[in-house]
Amino acid sequence: MHFSFLSLLRQAFANHEGWQPYWQQAAPKPFYDIVIVGAGGHGLSTAYYLASEFGMRNIAVVEKGWLGGGNTARNTTVIRSNYLWEESEAIYEHSLKLWESLSHVLNINVMYSPRGVMMLAHNHHDTMVLKRHVHANRLAGIDNEWLTPEEAKAFCPLLNIEQNIRYPVTGAALQRRGGVARHDAVAWGYARAAAALGVDIIENCPVTGIRRGADGAVMGVETGKGFIGAKRVGVVAAGHTSVLMEMAGVRMPIESFPLQALVSEPVKPMMPCVAMSNTIHAYMSQSDKGELVIGAGTDVYTSYSQAGGLHISQHTLEAICELFPATRRMKMLRNWGGIVDVTPDRSPIIGKTPVPGLFVNCGWGTGGFKATTGSGHVFAATLASGEPHPIAAPFSLDRFRTGRLIDEAAAAAVAH
Amino acid sequence: MLLIPCPYCGFPRPEIEFRHAGEAHLMRPEEPASDEAYAAFLYERENPKGIAAERWRHVHGCGRYFNALRDTVSDRILAVYKPGEVRPEVAS
Ligand SMILES: Cc1cc2nc3c(=O)[nH]c(=O)nc-3n(C[C@H](O)[C@H](O)[C@H](O)COP(=O)(O)OP(=O)(O)OC[C@H]3O[C@@H](n4cnc5c(N)ncnc54)[C@H](O)[C@@H]3O)c2cc1C
Ligand SMILES: [Zn+2]
Repeated sequence: MHFSFLSLLRQAFANHEGWQPYWQQAAPKPFYDIVIVGAGGHGLSTAYYLASEFGMRNIAVVEKGWLGGGNTARNTTVIRSNYLWEESEAIYEHSLKLWESLSHVLNINVMYSPRGVMMLAHNHHDTMVLKRHVHANRLAGIDNEWLTPEEAKAFCPLLNIEQNIRYPVTGAALQRRGGVARHDAVAWGYARAAAALGVDIIENCPVTGIRRGADGAVMGVETGKGFIGAKRVGVVAAGHTSVLMEMAGVRMPIESFPLQALVSEPVKPMMPCVAMSNTIHAYMSQSDKGELVIGAGTDVYTSYSQAGGLHISQHTLEAICELFPATRRMKMLRNWGGIVDVTPDRSPIIGKTPVPGLFVNCGWGTGGFKATTGSGHVFAATLASGEPHPIAAPFSLDRFRTGRLIDEAAAAAVAH
Repeated sequence: MLLIPCPYCGFPRPEIEFRHAGEAHLMRPEEPASDEAYAAFLYERENPKGIAAERWRHVHGCGRYFNALRDTVSDRILAVYKPGEVRPEVAS
């Protein structure tokens, strides 16, 4: 069903009873050309681009819970492309460009809102690092500009730029094209568009094993709904990547950590942009519902508990209260955690594995929502041809053997 | 916040007294070693959903390293033991 002003009008007169489900619950077929494990944003966008752009139709997305219930549903939706290294600039900028037209392409309002992402500096080191980013981005043709504290306050009037506070603002890097989007609409929109092209979306179906033939190549996946054969399998399971890859006997350079976020009670518009501070693990934006959306840091230990320590979010709120004094008396409504898959260099892993026919797209860690578009696109190209897309190629699993790391960690401990 | 019993200082203490020091029992490969062996040592991790053996350092106490077994689903600490000691058997 196509969404348009006309369809809205028609449904308004028909008591909204004629809307169709976005996708049908599919039962697994015995064999697919490609099985994608994990129906988060990345898995769904992979399926969509496989079907829409790479001519594949016999595809299934297998999800252990419900669609988009993992980190896709739990993230704070910051979108930006002002990363340091050329490899990162290429994939995040590719993603950002796809965001700009996504609502039209998927015919669903993903509420992409390029309201500007401002990254705060608090000391000399931060200032040097962020200026280095600004210059690197300028050379790559990616917008990112340096603001003085006064300019930062003009852009975000809530910001406290007093210099006598614990984390004084010494300046900021601003990417005006950065912003936020509606996470659920992104997952649902990709699912709807993929299902319309014949992709089977199989929910409540945990993958419990990866079957390999005598030659070592992948034959398919064991699931809660029986064996599903596949020519190629793409694992896109975020925090559970190590668990799934272990089923195929592959050890990954990944650790899974809880990462938390909070939202406040809803208030009238007060926060015009996204402001983030990597140094003190705090960032904030405001949703269209009026809630302040606040992100915290990860816990220090690996865990699958989906609940971070209270002292982590407390630390974040202390920083938020100091940077944005107007928030001091607000109440927090909800606090939750997701399990993020962190690599040693804080860059993703996209491509082949030592097992023939088994591909992986993971390691997006604390900052993969922004790449939902581009990650799916280049991973679809990789799955369709069997060889890495040029933008994906540097993000190989093999880089940990060759030493060609893409070190986004040195610049910022958190990269949302 | 985890409550961690340091095997040197005793009784459970708040997590913020400690620094996490990653997966335990990683062995540096014997020279000459291949790139694969170094990649495995430096970067590959078990990252189990279940019982993890990990190192902690009691930075705001005795300052020493020790090992702990923790269930990564419940976050419960199941055992602590000193470096060089064998990993104890525990049920999760
Ligand atoms: C609190 C928080 C804030 C964040 N903020 C931002 C931000 O502001 N900006 C940003 O860019 N990124 C952010 N991120 C990171 C971002 O959410 C992730 O990088 C991104 O959502 C990963 O997408 P995904 O589709 O790979 O993961 P997911 O949505 O987690 O999808 C993985 C899917 O795999 C499924 N799965 C797992 N095991 C199995 C199995 N055995 N069988 C079948 N299915 C399985 C899961 O159920 C899940 O649905 C944040 C993350 C968190 C937790
Ligand atoms: Zn001690």
